[in-house]
Amino acid sequence: MMHALPSPETIVRTMLPNGLTILVRENHASPVAVLQGSLRVGAVQESPVQAGLAAFVAGMLTRGSAQFDYDAFNAAVENIGASLTVAADTHSTDFGITSLAEDFDDLLKVLADLLQRPTFPPEHIERLRQIKLVGILEREQDTASVAARRFHETLFGREHPYGRALDGYQETVSALTRQDLVDFHARNFSPQGAVLAIAGAVEAQHVVDTIAAHFGDWRTAVNAPPAIAQARRAAGEHVHVSMPGKVQSDIVIGAYGVRRADPEFYNVRVANCILGQFGMMGRLGERVREEQGLAYYSYSAVVAEQEDGVWFASAGVNPDDVDAAVDSILAEFERLGSESVDAEELADSQAYLTGIVPLTLETNEGVASTLLNMEWYGLGLDYLQRYPSLINSVTAADVQRVAARFLRPAACVVVTAGPDMMGAEEDVAHRG
Amino acid sequence: MPLDNLIQTTLDNGLQVILRPSQRAPVASFWIFYRVGSRNETPGHTGISHWVEHMLFKGTERYPRGEFDKAVARAGGVFNGMTGPDWTVYFETLPAERIELALQVESDRMAHASFAPEETESERTVILSEREGSENSYFYRLHEEVQAAAYHVHSYRNPIIGWPADLLALTREELYAHYRTYYTANNAVAVVTGDFAPDVMLTQIARYFGDLPSGPPPPPVRIQEPPMHAERRVVLRGDDPTAYYLHAFQAPPALHPDFFPFVVLDSVLGGAKGMGLFGGGANNRSNRLYRALVERELTVDVNSSFGPTIDPGLFTISATLAPDIEHRQVEAAIWQEIATVQREGVAPAELARAIKQTRAQFAYSSESVTYEAFWLGFSQVVASLDWLATWDEQLQAVTPADVQRMAQTYLTPDRQTVGYYVPTLADDASPVVRDLSRDLSTVATPAHKEIA
Repeated sequence: MMHALPSPETIVRTMLPNGLTILVRENHASPVAVLQGSLRVGAVQESPVQAGLAAFVAGMLTRGSAQFDYDAFNAAVENIGASLTVAADTHSTDFGITSLAEDFDDLLKVLADLLQRPTFPPEHIERLRQIKLVGILEREQDTASVAARRFHETLFGREHPYGRALDGYQETVSALTRQDLVDFHARNFSPQGAVLAIAGAVEAQHVVDTIAAHFGDWRTAVNAPPAIAQARRAAGEHVHVSMPGKVQSDIVIGAYGVRRADPEFYNVRVANCILGQFGMMGRLGERVREEQGLAYYSYSAVVAEQEDGVWFASAGVNPDDVDAAVDSILAEFERLGSESVDAEELADSQAYLTGIVPLTLETNEGVASTLLNMEWYGLGLDYLQRYPSLINSVTAADVQRVAARFLRPAACVVVTAGPDMMGAEEDVAHRG
Repeated sequence: MPLDNLIQTTLDNGLQVILRPSQRAPVASFWIFYRVGSRNETPGHTGISHWVEHMLFKGTERYPRGEFDKAVARAGGVFNGMTGPDWTVYFETLPAERIELALQVESDRMAHASFAPEETESERTVILSEREGSENSYFYRLHEEVQAAAYHVHSYRNPIIGWPADLLALTREELYAHYRTYYTANNAVAVVTGDFAPDVMLTQIARYFGDLPSGPPPPPVRIQEPPMHAERRVVLRGDDPTAYYLHAFQAPPALHPDFFPFVVLDSVLGGAKGMGLFGGGANNRSNRLYRALVERELTVDVNSSFGPTIDPGLFTISATLAPDIEHRQVEAAIWQEIATVQREGVAPAELARAIKQTRAQFAYSSESVTYEAFWLGFSQVVASLDWLATWDEQLQAVTPADVQRMAQTYLTPDRQTVGYYVPTLADDASPVVRDLSRDLSTVATPAHKEIA
């Protein structure tokens, strides 16, 4: 029983009348309780001129609420060695609690207060603004961050929520006012569609009752988040961001991917594992790191959300090796789409993706975030029972098809960030 | 952390074995520590331990390159290798029923790594690339400079990854000799945690590791850092616009009686830490340095760092400066906080908080067999299992007067190395340099006065 995967039989699921869903999985193996949760508010609800607003609001929540001002919050969390964090993402505002089980109820009370009743103290707004502006300055000196940012901007544009930096830009963060923060919270923070997932040494009914007591009266109704437009503006751009003084260049290469709900999602997940994850970073690691010795890291990743996300490869290489690494990565994209993967290589990745599940569920944090994903994406409480067949039913033809469809080299955007090399091309060029 | 359920044994070839079975989750973790790291390296050979660690992923006769990674991944496992100042370590965490695979691969590469010449060369550029990735950050460069300045002779002065010239010069033969010298059963500690039957595990360990050879004891590290009599200062200039600050003091090693009082001092000044490599408090705003620096808007962050080492290590304070703030303002504010502890000690509530925070961190760490195994092996290598088992007790025994004495003894101007990263703004380079020369002559004065 203790080792059984979370399932409809072992997960307690309740929805409060205000639309907030609670999932609890008891685990009494260690005296720890973890909560992972999300509200349906994120960067999608900010306008392009307010880029960074959702993240700013999230950052302010732990800096003062009606019952817990800044010092009281710090004391409530830190005196007991707990953590309580809040951060915004594109579609969500995510929060987490880790504490000894004996302290968990107290932290639920803190969480309820800061989500519903933040006070946005002016002095902390300016302090956080300064922290964020320095963070943005640092981000712009980091080749990996710059390459990733330009990649997303090229594919989606800054007008699109998937194209903007979550933390915003110097000019947008400088311009945000306290009223912007207050309004954003009032318009968008709501229990509707929210999910709180808890795992640990707690009694499920007690947790549900405690959450109901602290969150049940939260009745703010808000408009549904705006729909995300599908973007198809980029194909084949080659962007170089000049960063003199750096000794390593970063490369991001990729294209539009799939929605999380797309039937192709699991095909893409398996194909990506083969391409840039399995063992030591899959085929990309084998070729670029192991065979060519060009990079310490060379891997691929998939971001799949409400609308088409991205599928990309990333590598950090010596500036002299940028062209060789780009060629190798594109050649691996091409190969995955033009040659059928052999049965053993496919089976290996399927064995990894399904076999790793017990490891991801070892800690309460792993269980809580799995429960949260199951609810957030509507995967169902039997998702972990269905997951092996979702992965194992992917065929070699599926892998080849999604690679050919999404990673066509001519459609890929190539972004490099680092020092200029002799004969570097124009800042933005279309490859022939 | 009470170490119940602990089984310790030593094989005839000298391999130390630590088992801690538990049934919390259907997973198990196998770690093998070698008592070698940058601490054991000699000038001209820096980075050799880390490079050897990389070579152990480049194949054996039984598992040619790539086969080991695939075997573990295929089994639904994760693996990695890490090199520290005092240790090199490899681990696999696997679904419990597959843990034997870890014993197979680790016993194989303890003795049979190939070090093929072409693989050695290809790894040279991978490691240079790893280094260049770090060098992109001026904070990394400042850290490297301060660390090198904080020691005259001890090998803790060298970056674990090695100096570039050494990375260009090291040969396959030197790497292989290093491997043969330190990768012996009698220089290793094996740890298994998680869901397994101890008697079966002991039999398997004996089968896979029992026949591996022991070797002559590795050369002892004889070099000792002389006592520090003069403060050291490092000024790094560069193009990135964000200014960084790094302040280092020589601190007590793990087995010194001052270690635990110093843990409390670190926690009072810079906040409680996670248990070393993993975890750490995400909320860390009620410590003294955060209040003195971030809340006064001198910096946008501040971190202190102190961990267990075999020889005396460093206690560091690092910060990212707020715009238009000068380094010496940050330095003065830090000295003010240090002086307060030196003068007034700490409050009992701060001690109690440090202890509660540490207990909570142990509880979080113990959720994962991977973290648990790391802590057991790490403790055995840098100190002892007793040291780990009595952590809580030793922390409880610390008094406010002990903490005050730590600040008075260790945090003195003559024991400090101070590093500034100063952006040389293209349009305004000269004033920055001029300010600095003034800083150098005046900055330590207030601190001396506070202490006297």
